[in-house]
Amino acid sequence: MYTQALNAAPEAEAPFIEDAGRAAHFQARIDADDRIEPNDWMPAAYRKTLTRQISQHAHSEIVGMLPEGNWITRAPTLRRKAALLAKVQDECGHGLYLYAAAETLGTSREELIDAMLSGKAKYSSIFNYPTPTWADIGAIGWLVDGAAIMNQIPLCRCSYGPYARAMIRVCKEESFHQRQGYEIMLTLSRGTEDQKAMAQDALNRWWWPCLMMFGPPDNISQHSDQSTAWKIKRFSNDDLRQKFVDATVPQAHYLGLTLPDADLKWNENTKHWDYGTIDWNEFKQVLAGNGPCNRDRMAARRKAHDDGAWVREAAAAYAEKQKARRAAAA
Amino acid sequence: MATPNVQLWEVFIRSRNGLAHKHCGSLHAADATLALQAARDIYTRRGEGLSIWVVPSNAIVASDPSEKGMMFEPAMSKVYRHPTFYDVPDEVGHM
Repeated sequence: MYTQALNAAPEAEAPFIEDAGRAAHFQARIDADDRIEPNDWMPAAYRKTLTRQISQHAHSEIVGMLPEGNWITRAPTLRRKAALLAKVQDECGHGLYLYAAAETLGTSREELIDAMLSGKAKYSSIFNYPTPTWADIGAIGWLVDGAAIMNQIPLCRCSYGPYARAMIRVCKEESFHQRQGYEIMLTLSRGTEDQKAMAQDALNRWWWPCLMMFGPPDNISQHSDQSTAWKIKRFSNDDLRQKFVDATVPQAHYLGLTLPDADLKWNENTKHWDYGTIDWNEFKQVLAGNGPCNRDRMAARRKAHDDGAWVREAAAAYAEKQKARRAAAA
Repeated sequence: MATPNVQLWEVFIRSRNGLAHKHCGSLHAADATLALQAARDIYTRRGEGLSIWVVPSNAIVASDPSEKGMMFEPAMSKVYRHPTFYDVPDEVGHM
């Protein structure tokens, strides 16, 4: 699953160049498609941008378990339940790969997690939407993971080695997620009238938020230029969004479902699907904490963290005890 | 309350018999037993491994990337360590 253009950060700041010579050498390495590794010199702004982007990507994977976890106990068959459980477990794994990559930049796991729990760090706006029906699980796998794949494949070639390697692992696992979602949608759309209506309703609710996952349009996205120069970002928000629309429209037609956009039409000149205007005010509201489930998600994360405290304490106490025993025996 | 730090481990996995263990990532765990179990859950959910090593990250001694020129120079300047350095007449055939 994915974070949207979280690299479009709230506080825009000019990169502070601490050492012009080293910075030029660094940029030359990036331009030569060299990978930057944790112990290499890097500009402070590069480190900061990546720490923010990777950790917020990790938070998105972790919070992303909540909307789908909602349906694990109520999946319609054992097959669906096993698949959903495996998918949600993958999302957790993705979060952990990403936290490990973010830590290599010098911020501890605990600081990163505390930043999420305190509300200081963001996560993808998409997970602030509810999953009231089983069809939402299909729509999330098909559309949310589909959008994530569009965004994540270019990140496999990102200039920062640990991030690129984490994304390769994530992308390998992501394809199953999208296919299981599409299969759910296909089954529903070939089912009874009620089931088809349920699939259509889920598509209606998820389509626009999924287009928002790619982040603000290119003409107002402030951070893209520097991220592009650093080869963190390889395609613009609008380019990726267009790729997603082009790939998804025929899949929706195959399902026999209608995309909730009266302006959607094939453009013979550009060979792309033209789509209607995105409600960026809704996007801003959700990012600002006013989406349908923001408070609920944060409360669930905090509760899980607090409820798990005794496990962390017990593991630490047991490790200490074993260490003391080994020391006494030696 | 800030969360206390937990030991970092590096994970190495041997994918098939005959291949060496390869570094695949890192994780946090309080002790070696938990680290092994977490490595299994995080890095081998699709049968990627037949064997796992976990090593405390602070036990690894690493070369300094900023000194890689000096570190690896002895290997760069010795072309006679490669088979192509030596001329063998075509008539001798494959060697």
